[in-house]
Amino acid sequence: MGCIVKEIIVSLVSGFTFAVGLAVSGMTQPTKVVGFLDFLGDWDPSLAFVMGGAIAVYLPLFRWVRNRERAFLGAKFLIPTRKDLSPRLIAGSALFGIGWGLAGFCPGPAIVAASSRMSMGLIFFVAMVTGMLLFRAFEFASQPAPAPVKSS
Amino acid sequence: MENFTPVTSLVGGILIGLASFGLLAFNGRIAGISGITGALLAPKAGDVGWRLAFFFGLVLGGIVMGALQPQWFEYGLDRSVATVAIAGLVVGFGTRLGSGCTSGHGVCGISRLSVRSIVATVTFMATGAITVFLFRTWGAS
Repeated sequence: MGCIVKEIIVSLVSGFTFAVGLAVSGMTQPTKVVGFLDFLGDWDPSLAFVMGGAIAVYLPLFRWVRNRERAFLGAKFLIPTRKDLSPRLIAGSALFGIGWGLAGFCPGPAIVAASSRMSMGLIFFVAMVTGMLLFRAFEFASQPAPAPVKSS
Repeated sequence: MENFTPVTSLVGGILIGLASFGLLAFNGRIAGISGITGALLAPKAGDVGWRLAFFFGLVLGGIVMGALQPQWFEYGLDRSVATVAIAGLVVGFGTRLGSGCTSGHGVCGISRLSVRSIVATVTFMATGAITVFLFRTWGAS
């Protein structure tokens, strides 16, 4: 079996496990998300345990596996290296938080909820994909025009 | 605080951590859902298969869990369709502009002790909390 096929199987299993984790954790219930973000009201700290549990697993395992030259199936590790706190990072994260607080969905739970055929999940998911496409258009428009090709 | 569920939330979090670690250890990739999804909208040759498989895994998980535990998939909030749609647009645009969401920045990035991800997570938690506070105060839907 080729490595590409194995990588695809790993991705499928990872995505499936991720979705089960989101469902078990309470992240697919927007009431819990809003309850978590409601620090000044009737605060429900449950979702802090989601992030805490995920980091408690990922942080030490990341440190261990990072010592390897390559991933188990031979691919290079593709890990972000940027360190700059760009205006885009801050503005984008701020916008994301606003949408998260408004509807109680972040991208993963939205995909999982839409797949369960929750109608608000489907509406959110379609809008989210539209927002991602709008970002592509924005990025395309904000890039400098390519230098004209000189004709001889 | 009647809905406090530390045990199931912790178990779910551990599953998310294991799923993310699997993708990293075997494929060398970061499990950032907005990035994986966003890049599928601008597919590059040789970079589609694993993303599509991960996305399909999420979908399959949603179908299975939705059938097994429908009570985990109740919307429950008093929000209009317009509010949810606007929120979706903002989340789609914002996560791409900010290079990540709760998974890529909040779990993987914080675990790498990336300053960018820590700042991003603090930022979206803060604006999320302010939004919830204002929404509750104004009583809009």
